[in-house]
Amino acid sequence: MPKITYIDVDGKAFETNVASGLSLMEGAINAGVPGVLAICGGSCACSTCHAYIDDAWTTVVGGPNDIEDATLDLANERKPSSRLTCQVQITDAMDGLIVHVAKND
Amino acid sequence: MSIVIVGAGQAGLQIAESLRRGAYEGRLVLIGDESFPPYQRPPLSKKYLADQMADERLYFRPLEQLEKQQIEFRPQTRVTALDREAREVVLASGERLPYEGLALTTGTRVRPLPVPGADHPAVCYLRGLDDARRLRERLPAAARVLVVGGGFIGLEVAATARAAGKQVTVVEALDRLMARAVAPVVSDHFASLHRARGVEFRFGVGLASITAQADGSFTASLADGSSIQADLLVAGIGVLPNQELAAAAGLECRSGIVVDEYARTSDPRIVAAGDCTWHINRRFAAAHRLESVQNAVDQGKIAAASLLGQSVPYQDLPWFWSDQYDVKLQMVGLSQDHDAALVRGETASGAFSVFYFKTGALVGVDSINRPAEHMLARKLMQTGAVVPPEAAADPAFDLKTCLPPA
Repeated sequence: MPKITYIDVDGKAFETNVASGLSLMEGAINAGVPGVLAICGGSCACSTCHAYIDDAWTTVVGGPNDIEDATLDLANERKPSSRLTCQVQITDAMDGLIVHVAKND
Repeated sequence: MSIVIVGAGQAGLQIAESLRRGAYEGRLVLIGDESFPPYQRPPLSKKYLADQMADERLYFRPLEQLEKQQIEFRPQTRVTALDREAREVVLASGERLPYEGLALTTGTRVRPLPVPGADHPAVCYLRGLDDARRLRERLPAAARVLVVGGGFIGLEVAATARAAGKQVTVVEALDRLMARAVAPVVSDHFASLHRARGVEFRFGVGLASITAQADGSFTASLADGSSIQADLLVAGIGVLPNQELAAAAGLECRSGIVVDEYARTSDPRIVAAGDCTWHINRRFAAAHRLESVQNAVDQGKIAAASLLGQSVPYQDLPWFWSDQYDVKLQMVGLSQDHDAALVRGETASGAFSVFYFKTGALVGVDSINRPAEHMLARKLMQTGAVVPPEAAADPAFDLKTCLPPA
C-alpha cells in the first residue's frame, strides 16, 4: 500500500498507508487528517477536499480533470498544484507522495 | 456538561464535529437508530446501487475517528421521548441520557405509497442504507422495473437500472420531471435524455393499485385504467420529516421542526438541523424545509454554534446536484418562484444553464454538464452580483465581468 504523507494547515504531518484504488480524499478521511472535509462525499461538487500536491509529485499525480478544474475555481487560494483529493485515485506509483491540505471551510 | 444529538446522519455528524472543532470538551453523545456508522446518502441511488461502491466507502469516518474525537456514538438506539423538564433523552431501553444541550437531526422518512397492494414484496423505497441494500439485492433478478415518481431519486434509480440493462418505466403524476425543482426546459431535457436511453414515461397519471401475480411479479394499475406489468417497483414520491419526538415534547412543528435562523427550536436548549427542519435562512423571506447535503452541513454548523452560545445566522446559499447517466445537473439558489427562466447555451448540445430571475434579480441557476458555469453562478449569487437577464441569456457575454472586484 502506497505511503502517503498529509500535512495539515498547521504543518502537522499525518503518515498513512492508503490502498491503491482509493481516493486521496478517502485516505485522508480514514487517517483523520484535519481540514479534508469532503462534504459532498467525493462527487466533485463542493471543493472542500482541496489540497496542494507537493512540487516533487505534481507530474506523477497529474492535473485536474475538466469538472474538477471548474470546481477548483470555488476553492480557497487555488495554486497550480491544486487538486481536489476526491478526484485523485491512489496508484502504486504514488508511494511516498506528500500532500499539503489547503484551507477548507 | 453533556450534549446529546438525536440522529446520526450528515447533520448530526456535522454538529458533533463542529462542537469538537469549537473546543467543546464535555460529554458528546451521537444517537443513531440504524446499525451503521454515519454514512453518505447521495451515492445510494447511484454508485452504491450500481454495485460500484463498498459499504465502508459510504461511511463518513471510520469508527475510530469518532472515538478519537470522543464522540460517543450509539448505533441501533431508538429515542422514545424527550423529557424537557428533566432535560433527559429517554431511550427505548429505558435509559435516560441527561443533557444541557440537545440537537435534533432526525431527518426524514419516505412517504409510503398510498395505494392498495403497496405491501407487495417487490415494492422498494430508497432512503437509508438498508433500503439501498434491499433494492440492490433485488435488482439483478428483476427484468422490468417500475419507478413511481419522476423526481431526483426516481430518475437516478431509473438511470442506474437502465445502465444495468433493465426495462424501465417511470410513472409521474405531474406532467413533467423534477417539477418541484427545475424549469420545464430542464424537465424536457432530462425526459429526452432518459427516453434516448430507453426509459418509458407515463406522465400525468397516478398509481391506483398493485396486484400480485403468481410468479412473484405484479400488475400496477394506473388511475387512467391502464396497467403495467413489472418485477420491481421503486417508489420515490417524497419524504416526511421525522418530527414526532419534537412534537410530542411540545416543540413547535409545521412541515418540519420549526427553528429560527440560529437553528434554535422553541426551547432555547434544543437546536435542530438538516432535512427535518422548517427553517429560516436569511436569504429568503419565507421559512421552508430543504432536503440536501448543503443544508445538513451548513445548518449543522449554525446549530453547533448556537449550542456553544454563539449566534451565527443561517444565510448560506443552497446548492444541490443530481447525477443521471453521465449527465451532471447542478443547481444553486431556490428558483421555485421565478418569473423568468432564461437559457444560456444550446439545449441540443446537452450542456447549458438556466438562469432564473424574480423581478429582475437572479434567484437560481441550473447547470447541465456545465460545471464551470455552476461554479461561476455560485460565486455570482454568493457575492450578490447584479446579473442583467439579457446578459445571462447571451453566451457571448462574459458573466465573470458581473462579479464585484475582488
